[in-house]
Amino acid sequence: MGSTRAEGIQAGRLTPADYDANFSDIHAPLSRHEAFVESERCYFCHDAPCQTACPTSIDIPLFIREIASGNDLGAAETILSANILGGMCARVCPTETLCEEACVREHAEGKPVKIGLLQRHATDRLMESGKQPFKRVTSTGKKVAVVGGGPAGLSCAHKLAELGHEVTIYEAKEKLGGLNEFGIAAYKATENFAQREVDFILSIGGITVKAGHALGHNLDIAKLRQSYDAVFVGTGLAGVNKLGLSGEDTLSGVVDAVKYIAELRQAKDLSKLPVGRNVVVIGGGMTAVDVAVQSKKLGAESVTIVYRRGQDEMKASAYEQHLAQTSGVTIRTFAQPVSLVGANGKVTGVTFDETEVKGGKLTASGGQYTLPADMVFTAIGQIFVPDGLNGADALALENGRIMVDAERRTSVKHIWAGGDCIAGGQDLTVAAVEDGKQAALSIHHTLMGA
Amino acid sequence: MADLRNNFLGIKSPNPFWLASAPPTDRLVNVTRAFKAGWGGVVWKTLGDGDPIVNVSGPRYGAIHGSDRRLIGLNNIELITDRPLEINLQEIKQVKRDWPDRAMVVSLMVPCEEPNWKAILKRVEETECDGVELNFGCPHGMSERGMGAAVGQVPEYIEMVARWCKTHTNMPVIVKLTPNITDIRFPARAAKKGGADAVSLINTISSIMSVDLDQMSPWPVVDGQGTHGGYCGPAVKPIALNMVAEIGRDAETRGLPISAIGGVTTWKDAADFIAMGAGNVQVCTAAMTYGFKIVEEMISGLSKFMDEKGYQTTEDFRGLALPKVTDWQYLNLNYVVKASIDQDLCISCGRCHQVCEDTSHQAITNMVDGKRKFVVKDEECVGCNLCAITCPVQDCITMVPQTKGTDPRTGFEYGRSYANWTTHPNNPGAKAAE
Ligand SMILES: Cc1cc2nc3c(=O)[nH]c(=O)nc-3n(C[C@H](O)[C@H](O)[C@H](O)COP(=O)(O)OP(=O)(O)OC[C@H]3O[C@@H](n4cnc5c(N)ncnc54)[C@H](O)[C@@H]3O)c2cc1C
Ligand SMILES: Cc1cc2nc3c(=O)[nH]c(=O)nc-3n(C[C@H](O)[C@H](O)[C@H](O)COP(=O)(O)O)c2cc1C
Ligand code: SF4
Ligand code: SF4
Ligand code: SF4
Repeated sequence: MGSTRAEGIQAGRLTPADYDANFSDIHAPLSRHEAFVESERCYFCHDAPCQTACPTSIDIPLFIREIASGNDLGAAETILSANILGGMCARVCPTETLCEEACVREHAEGKPVKIGLLQRHATDRLMESGKQPFKRVTSTGKKVAVVGGGPAGLSCAHKLAELGHEVTIYEAKEKLGGLNEFGIAAYKATENFAQREVDFILSIGGITVKAGHALGHNLDIAKLRQSYDAVFVGTGLAGVNKLGLSGEDTLSGVVDAVKYIAELRQAKDLSKLPVGRNVVVIGGGMTAVDVAVQSKKLGAESVTIVYRRGQDEMKASAYEQHLAQTSGVTIRTFAQPVSLVGANGKVTGVTFDETEVKGGKLTASGGQYTLPADMVFTAIGQIFVPDGLNGADALALENGRIMVDAERRTSVKHIWAGGDCIAGGQDLTVAAVEDGKQAALSIHHTLMGA
Repeated sequence: MADLRNNFLGIKSPNPFWLASAPPTDRLVNVTRAFKAGWGGVVWKTLGDGDPIVNVSGPRYGAIHGSDRRLIGLNNIELITDRPLEINLQEIKQVKRDWPDRAMVVSLMVPCEEPNWKAILKRVEETECDGVELNFGCPHGMSERGMGAAVGQVPEYIEMVARWCKTHTNMPVIVKLTPNITDIRFPARAAKKGGADAVSLINTISSIMSVDLDQMSPWPVVDGQGTHGGYCGPAVKPIALNMVAEIGRDAETRGLPISAIGGVTTWKDAADFIAMGAGNVQVCTAAMTYGFKIVEEMISGLSKFMDEKGYQTTEDFRGLALPKVTDWQYLNLNYVVKASIDQDLCISCGRCHQVCEDTSHQAITNMVDGKRKFVVKDEECVGCNLCAITCPVQDCITMVPQTKGTDPRTGFEYGRSYANWTTHPNNPGAKAAE
């Protein structure tokens, strides 16, 4: 049995009970009574600001009132009719920058209605009931291919199936769910929720899943377009940015955070997952925070996030930063990595240039320091990989991602796109769900001429 | 320092808070605990004659709750005491001896025959209690047997029984009225005519709390069936307060001492009843919800209020609100208020706009210069108060009396002198203004 002090990258630093406690639900769900009391805090606002702030425009005052009147399943239906992944969104949405930030009680007293937890309460009850509240209308005979089975693809597929179309999901991996299954922090989506939600979505019927089909490998978009009435692309971001430092690919212990989290999420036994004693995370977004917090929860002795600008500019919300800090992660700002230090093929540290902002530009301020590290995570952004989207049916890109219009139509007729892979998005689960839904509605109108 | 000592019909108690005849006053242990907690007096749980009655062994209470299970209304199908008369009488005597400074009134309900009343009054006198209360109020169970509300709903019976009681005892007689009638003045007048020293009101209101939709039966369910019960608690206070006022301002019953009952939960409720003319108050549901300790809040709250206002005793403010209770026809139709929103307090929930728009006079904006903003349009506002009671922020919307200028809604000057419906030109029966 290791310990948090054990040198190098080690598995089994903690007791089984520690792993269980560390990776259980980060926010305990509300009890029925708590939900009842919390629901009564909602003012049932006119033209509710919370609803405007929700990317999927869930009718928040209505669903909360349904909870207050004892109608949890009705509340869930209200939620899911706007956002079929309302269960996952209730767990992963940064509500502090979305609905709860807009809640009038946030402005009034700094204590918004706990919209996320109420949403979870209602959707959990529906999941327990095993019911699929939506029914397919009679088949339209139209066929749509959905490429990518993440939140965007699943949302699009469900809405299309509901509207009576025949849907086929092509997914590169063996499991559906996208980052819900492989990316979201483990303590946000406990008890295999991602897969339970996928099963729930598919239970509407009319959706065929073809796993192990990757665009650009064994799947061709031009052919898809020929054999389907419409195609939706929701392949997310398959690549990651690189530090561009020597040793990045050769020194062991330098790890892509997204890949590591995927491993963590798939691990059957977390005590078998190795983690360093001194961990350094480079980046400032949600991925950086997630990998840092989870490293700490796996038993790393010290974990430091290093971000090149100030805390205000970190993409991770203030709440996420607070979570990192209260989990024992140190956040250091205004420093950028200049070299990886190694010995015997293993990383031993990272050297940083201290930085400052001068005339709006980030520059080295002269100072330098080296942090010892046996594990270094890179979390400096994911990038879109346009594999298989060139060729005959090349989709126009914008800032490196797929260009779409308001209805999520790409530059190519009969091809729609949504989620992280499109330009101008928010890189949030809830935004991907909205993209999928809007694309489905647009596809429906186009195919049915309505 | 406020002096809370109370003298009701010569019955003295250290404060005006009595426990109403109900489970809290059913037995020696309860009443002893109540007196230890500081209650000024009790009306002992109603005694009957003959064999003790039998209560259901299924649920007897139902309730309406607010969000945090705060009890708003209580309903019961309990009958009068189910303990032998002899034991009750012994205990009453014992408690009165142990607590001579507290008020001990005994509630009675026997069949409508003079000998029954005469007999029980003699037994009760032996306890050396301070007075009796005639329970003409129970709306359930006992009324099916020709007692309780069945008596209270017939003024002639009230008068008759009150007279028997006054004939057969020298103790003060209080008649407890049922609210399950259309005009409370009739039973009150009857009680007075019969010679009663005072009335107490209200007893509980006939009610069915809800339906158990699985069993398709009234709730609470007693083995597949239910029955109406008596409603009490905070929800009934406004009804009781109106009835107390009605008796207080009726020419025939004006000045008749009143022990007010119904939804008294805090000192404020008690102060309301006293300001409306009541000599003291009785409490049941609040004690059954929170226990006897609540009397401490009532005592301290009432004292603080009286100190602030400079009232030495409750007599100093008793009935002060009564002359202000009038008929609708005498309200000043020239008095104009307009809603006004304090923009610093407003949290922009939009509810005032929504309710005024949907159900009142479309008098509140939701948008000003393209921005979410809620402002009252004086040209539409009728001053109804709906927005102010709807707004979730206390004191954010106030109703401001208008005194200068012209009402943009009606075109009339503000501040015109008092004029009411009796002289209004639209009133076909109007008398010429004097
Ligand atoms: C570590 C991490 C943590 C995050 N935490 C949060 C959070 O807490 N809250 C939040 O709102 N958002 C979070 N996000 C962002 C969120 O997960 C994404 O915005 C969301 O998953 C985007 O959905 P998507 O469907 O567009 O893409 P993805 O979820 O990436 O799904 C794309 C799917 O397409 C498949 N695919 C990829 N390429 C191909 C191909 N060539 N052919 C066929 N299939 C392919 C993939 O296997 C995957 O199943 C996080 C992201 C990361 C990386
Ligand atoms: C369970 C219960 C039993 C009651 N029993 C009697 C009774 O025996 N005699 C009586 O005069 N009133 C009885 N009442 C009525 C109360 O004395 C009182 O008039 C009524 O509850 C209103 O006061 P409150 O709102 O403070 O409860 C009973 C009330 C309750 C809740
Ligand atoms: S803004 Fe807050 S109070 Fe208003 S409807 Fe939304 S959750 Fe309820
Ligand atoms: S007082 Fe009545 S009419 Fe005037 S703004 Fe308020 S709700 Fe509307
Ligand atoms: S109800 Fe009150 S808080 Fe809400 S918008 Fe109106 S004035 Fe503002």
